Amino acid sequence: MVNAIEVSDISKQFVLRHTRSIKEAVVWLVKGRKGDLSEKFHALKNVTVEIKTGETVALLGLNGSGKSTLLKHISGVMLPDTGSVKTRGRVAGLIEVGAGFHPDLSGRDNVFLNGAILGMTEQQVKDRFDDIVEFSEIGQFIDTEVKFYSSGMYLRLAFSVAVHTDPEVFLIDEILAVGDEPFQRKCIDKIQELARDGKTLVVVSHDLDLVSRICERGILLEHGNVKFDGSIHEAVALLRS
Amino acid sequence: MSAISPSELTTPGLGSGLRDIKQSSFLLKLLVRKELKVRYRGSVLGLLWSYVKPGVQFVVFYVALGVFLGLERSPRNPDGLANYAVYLFSGIVLINFFSEALGNAARSIVNNGNLIKKIYLPRELFPVASVWVSAVHFFPQLVVLVAGCVIAGWKPNFVQLLAAVAGFLIVGLLATGLGLLFGAANVYFRDSENLVDMLLMVATWASPVMYAWTMVHEKLGPGWFAIYQANPITIGVELFHYAFWFPTTDGSAAMPPDLFSLWLPVGLAVALAVVTLGQFTFRRLEGRFAQEL
Repeated sequence: MVNAIEVSDISKQFVLRHTRSIKEAVVWLVKGRKGDLSEKFHALKNVTVEIKTGETVALLGLNGSGKSTLLKHISGVMLPDTGSVKTRGRVAGLIEVGAGFHPDLSGRDNVFLNGAILGMTEQQVKDRFDDIVEFSEIGQFIDTEVKFYSSGMYLRLAFSVAVHTDPEVFLIDEILAVGDEPFQRKCIDKIQELARDGKTLVVVSHDLDLVSRICERGILLEHGNVKFDGSIHEAVALLRS
Repeated sequence: MSAISPSELTTPGLGSGLRDIKQSSFLLKLLVRKELKVRYRGSVLGLLWSYVKPGVQFVVFYVALGVFLGLERSPRNPDGLANYAVYLFSGIVLINFFSEALGNAARSIVNNGNLIKKIYLPRELFPVASVWVSAVHFFPQLVVLVAGCVIAGWKPNFVQLLAAVAGFLIVGLLATGLGLLFGAANVYFRDSENLVDMLLMVATWASPVMYAWTMVHEKLGPGWFAIYQANPITIGVELFHYAFWFPTTDGSAAMPPDLFSLWLPVGLAVALAVVTLGQFTFRRLEGRFAQEL
């Protein structure tokens, strides 16, 4: 199997900037750059991860351990300070369900818009439109503006668009708490189906039981470092200990 | 997003700038459509607002400048501009297009911050979509302008129509370039959008929209006038005057010297230089958009 994702030795520093106006920046320059204008911390430190095509990987760790930051580097939203990230094939993410939704547009318009944002072509959206609506169980409300949707309907439609984008690499960040229990089960079935089809999955979740069911491999992050990389059960046990 | 063959490794997050727009034309189309749908939501007049606003603006300027300040030619004021209403409106529509395009493009990155923070897509799409939306709003104003011109006896030749296209192109490119520049800068310093508002106010008066270029020429002399004239918006406005206003007059009005041989290429060159600069700055800054927004 070839690698779908190669993360080699990346580090990322975040600036906790205190100022956001030119005035303060100029004052700071005039004063001879005294004091630090900004405070920095390492979100990721020398992280190296290789993920093969078709692997199902969970990124585990406590809050602030760098899971989501790593996911954003894989999706290309962020660029590393040092090191390199390489991916094979189209990467699409459920980084946050409904990020590209506009409340004033109808469900139909949002399916097209969000599909395009996630990298689908016009033809692909048209071909899969019926499947998307059917999966979301939105039915007759598809032409209603989404601001009138219940939060469950909103999430169902957004999730449905995302799982129909058919990327090679699928990134999932904390979105499995979608809708009611039957729908949640449906989503998990869908994700397992994607895994069986040989898609690469990278999942971030605090629901440890759930990720143990979906994923085979677990990567445990702590303060931006990879602490453990191995079978999901060992990783979960280590996090729980 | 580009079609990546699944057999090779690529680095995510590195687009190829404005060239990506072509591959994302479907997304661009949807973004423009979204803006147009969302803009006038819940308003009774809807798209009519794009007629009402410039209409009122035109009447105010016409009464204040044309009538009160005496820029309009009349029997009592033979030195004024013939058909001042057409003169004024042909400049106003172009300035309106520029103001709306740049104002929205400069805010587009921050306004779409939620999306940019979460999903990778060519971010140049947002400023470019803003310019497109403005172009769509420009169209009804153009229709009104042409209607006014026809009433005033407009008979343009082919070159004059080409001048209008060139003027629009120059101003559109300039707005795109500045939109990229200020849109990216706005992520780091929110002062940028206030700077843009100020620039736009200056732009309206720094071009011969309300007055005639000859007045500037008299006061400034040839040296400073050349600087005034090098402003792409000035060139765009003069090209619009040549296309819409000039054919409605008796042809005795003087057009700026070397408008086609010198200033049109200069305007195009400056606008393209600004696009290049904007694109360059945008690419330098976009790597850290996600963490700064």
